[in-house]
Amino acid sequence: MALPPLADEAIVLGAVADNWREAVRAAGAALADSGAALPAYADEMIRMIEEHGPYVVIAPGLALAHARPGPEVLHNGLAVVTLQTPVNFGHPHNDPVSVVLGLAVADAEAHLASVADLANVFNDDDAIPALAAATTADEVKRIMGISL
Amino acid sequence: MKIVAICGAGIGSSAILKVNAERVLARLGIEADVTAADINSVKEIAADAQVILTSAEFVEAIGKTYADVVVINNYFDAAELTQKLETSLG
Repeated sequence: MALPPLADEAIVLGAVADNWREAVRAAGAALADSGAALPAYADEMIRMIEEHGPYVVIAPGLALAHARPGPEVLHNGLAVVTLQTPVNFGHPHNDPVSVVLGLAVADAEAHLASVADLANVFNDDDAIPALAAATTADEVKRIMGISL
Repeated sequence: MKIVAICGAGIGSSAILKVNAERVLARLGIEADVTAADINSVKEIAADAQVILTSAEFVEAIGKTYADVVVINNYFDAAELTQKLETSLG
């Protein structure tokens, strides 16, 4: 059991986004850059939020952008995007969002356990502000509990 | 006892909610089977569930159910989960 792979290309710090769509798009681009998903996966992640609302904002300041497994997913992968300026997703409690995680999953069943490891990272209250303030990819990996 | 965690895709937020709920339940000494599922399969999967854990956005879509629908704001906040699960399970 381990986190989905977090490639260096999938870590983007201080991204500029004017709204939640651009923030999710940045996470989609990071996943595409790392080879985990096709660029169209960003549209799927945005569609999930358009369809179901801002539920992906699962904790104060943190959005877990993701869509269902599908042809846009090439392999399991994670992206971490921090925003230069936080944006609102329209969540009643957890806005504004400063960290967007992008999650691409090739197979839902096999993957539940590894997503669970994300819980280990963020059950530490300090993880979200620490990620938001991170200045290097290595720092992000350290916070995410990935050995360098 | 059966508890179902619901989100849009059944792979991201509900999976995290499932893990954290299991941890809280273990700490409370409550035995329960926690399943993560997407909103489209809620009717089927939650038919015999006692509790549905979800975020506010899905309450309307979950609709009529015998289960107690519990809205979680911060999926990583063990205190919130503990308090709400304790209240729900009485």
